[in-house]
Amino acid sequence: MAAILIAGFLFTQGADNEFYFFASYVVLQGLVMAVAWNILGGFAGYVNFGSAGFFGAGVYTSIVLNKAFALPLPLLIVASGCVCGLLGLATGVLTLRLKGIYFAIATLAIAIMLETVASNWEYVGGAAGTFVLQPTEFFVFDSYIELLFMVMLSLSILAMIVARYLSSSKIGHGLSAIRDDELAAECMGVPTLRLKLVSAVTMGALMGMAGAPYPFFVTFIDPISAFSLLIAVNAIAMPMIGGTAAWYGPVIGALLLGLVQEISTVTISSELNLLIVGVMLVGFITLAPQGIVGLARKLWLKKRSP
Amino acid sequence: MNAVVTGVLLGGFYAAVALGLSITFGQLDIVNIAHPTFVIFGSYVAYIVNENFGLDPVLAGIAFAPVFFLLGMALYRVYYVSFERTGQESLSGLTFFFGLMFIIEVFLILFYGVDYRLVSAPYIGKTWHLGFIDFPLRMTVPFVVAIVMTGGVFLYLSKTYMGRAIQAVSQDRLALQLMGADPIKVKQIALGIAIATAAVAGALLIIIQPVEPSVGRLYIGRVFAIVVLGGMGSIGGTLVAALMIGVIESFIATFYGPSWAPAVGYGILLITLAIRPQGIFGRA
Amino acid sequence: MPLLEVRDLTKSFGGFVALNGIELHLDPGERLGLIGPNGSGKTTLINCISGALFNDKGTVVFEGRDITKLPAYKRARLGIARSFQIPRPFKSMTVLENLCIPLEYAAWKRVDHRRIDDEAMEILDLIGLSDKAQDNSSALTQIELRKLDLARALAAKPALLVSDEAMAGLSGTEVDEILDILMMLNGRGLAVIMIEHIMRAVVRFSERIIVLDAGKKIAEGVPDDVMRDPKVERAYLGE
Repeated sequence: MAAILIAGFLFTQGADNEFYFFASYVVLQGLVMAVAWNILGGFAGYVNFGSAGFFGAGVYTSIVLNKAFALPLPLLIVASGCVCGLLGLATGVLTLRLKGIYFAIATLAIAIMLETVASNWEYVGGAAGTFVLQPTEFFVFDSYIELLFMVMLSLSILAMIVARYLSSSKIGHGLSAIRDDELAAECMGVPTLRLKLVSAVTMGALMGMAGAPYPFFVTFIDPISAFSLLIAVNAIAMPMIGGTAAWYGPVIGALLLGLVQEISTVTISSELNLLIVGVMLVGFITLAPQGIVGLARKLWLKKRSP
Repeated sequence: MNAVVTGVLLGGFYAAVALGLSITFGQLDIVNIAHPTFVIFGSYVAYIVNENFGLDPVLAGIAFAPVFFLLGMALYRVYYVSFERTGQESLSGLTFFFGLMFIIEVFLILFYGVDYRLVSAPYIGKTWHLGFIDFPLRMTVPFVVAIVMTGGVFLYLSKTYMGRAIQAVSQDRLALQLMGADPIKVKQIALGIAIATAAVAGALLIIIQPVEPSVGRLYIGRVFAIVVLGGMGSIGGTLVAALMIGVIESFIATFYGPSWAPAVGYGILLITLAIRPQGIFGRA
Repeated sequence: MPLLEVRDLTKSFGGFVALNGIELHLDPGERLGLIGPNGSGKTTLINCISGALFNDKGTVVFEGRDITKLPAYKRARLGIARSFQIPRPFKSMTVLENLCIPLEYAAWKRVDHRRIDDEAMEILDLIGLSDKAQDNSSALTQIELRKLDLARALAAKPALLVSDEAMAGLSGTEVDEILDILMMLNGRGLAVIMIEHIMRAVVRFSERIIVLDAGKKIAEGVPDDVMRDPKVERAYLGE
């Protein structure tokens, strides 16, 4: 992991073309969202349709705190993480006792409600949106974008470490049991509600942290872009395409899908790009529900037994 | 007072939109989160027909209902083969419809952009005045059609053989098979009917308000709120809940401003889920 | 002190009274049979004891402690384990991993954390599933699934094991296999409540039998007495 961080740092020193950093930021953002989504979606089996809600909440927390107190970025990230973690907790407490379907719809509900609130809130510009200034200090980097890239890279690594730890630990086993058969898990001593809440909080916090630097990345935010459906779909598509069973599935999915999207946005058009994501998602779900990880495992098993 | 009337008219229309979901979610246990998007699709179909052939949107909706019916049947086939057979309904099935919703929406954006579309018909813009109550025709006509359609579906489900089979299929597959009805065929027809209602509901929608592709998402909350509040599997419940939500939304829009209206549906949904998940008329 | 005491337990579903004032006690290490016609409330009673359902009235006391309001996972930790009428393995996991869940959770305080895998293997040896340890649990046969359910319940290191129709649908020799396992488990100090329809198994196994009918206890006693009780015959065969 440390190696990746160092490699990323050297990259910023060496490369000149800013576009790479722009693109990488977006891909890595998708990665954090995908890994976070999978903690509740893949590990515990509760689908979150409202990832944009958590992301957007992180965005707006960042905007509000920046406007009111001009806090530095690291604090903004932490703050967004806390706020969205609490949001995850609230959502979970309200709906995780019910069937997974209701949780999924509730997450969508919360995302749209937050978007409505943001659209009506004059302090952050309401529906018209607001401008955010990029700070002029970039420490050892050549530009602010490079700094943001490193920030997102660090967040990605954090997300991966958290996911990896969760999946192999006792908590991860409990989550798998919940996903397979919640009633049986409960009868075997697994505190199902508590573990689900832990997952929801972790997912929310990570998504919020992913959203915090976004205002500085795009410099103009309005509710539609902050709570964009594309973010929500990507957050689901990347883990499902990559494979939800393992912690690295979303990573594979994010890198693959992110790359495809960056290429198609530049070469074809951004609307067609959306269509591609949707089709890939539906295609993979119908044909390869276990994702790329699942396909790889099947191939590997086939090779072992001739 | 007018707010109440508007609310009732709107509520009747909402019932038409929620009808399809009431069938799929209530009877078939299929969480078709893309249903509102199918309705929007229906709106665009009505728009195209109205623009190019001048046909009244309601007639266009009814004319295309059979096409949508076939679409629904095909959709069930795909869903069954990919998900129900392998037992993956909850996670993958849900996401399947989410992806479908996204695809339809993007498709519409690609072909028609994000501009609002509307239809023209002789009764749009006219208002009935009954004493001091106003009945804007652009809402009254859809209301009437909606009630007729809801009533029709209700009668179909309770009186006809196939209708009762649909009600039974979620509760007792074995009994159904013993009766000689193929559960798969029954579910296919059910989803076909549900999507067919989307065609008509879509036509009604574009009479009431201008439509653009993302409007569907605003309706997801309303529609699920209606189905959950009314109680799973109860058409009557759906109607009552729809009327209630229509009236509440109307009040909120009148006194707090229309931009808060979409939040009402979702808010009610969350509250219902928290206090009484089986809804007013539903079984536990 | 009795291991389990159920006092005046009542549970309704809407208007339907599934259990009406049930009284039950169980001593440590005892073998209790629970029988009754279909729909008499046996599984509902078990669900109320294990915590999968909460009763409306009455109390459940385990090892002297009132557990009526405790959620199922806490009861599992205290030492109540159960198998299911239809086996419910954790399908994405191997047989061994299935056992690790109760070992890591329900039995956490009663187990050496560094030896979880070994403990799991020991239990599989005991039950006779050790050669399937690395197989995915969805690939097992009917009787193997039953054994897995029992093994998993055992992995919770319980003081009380409830076996819910573990022999349903099995052949004659398979029934004897499960019976032997349950006897062996009881021999190690486990109290067992056996719900079963296969009469010869219940009679052979139980020290005491309780009969339920339409939510009420209609008979209790040693197997011979209960089997000859005319009320019991009527409950099963009708008037």
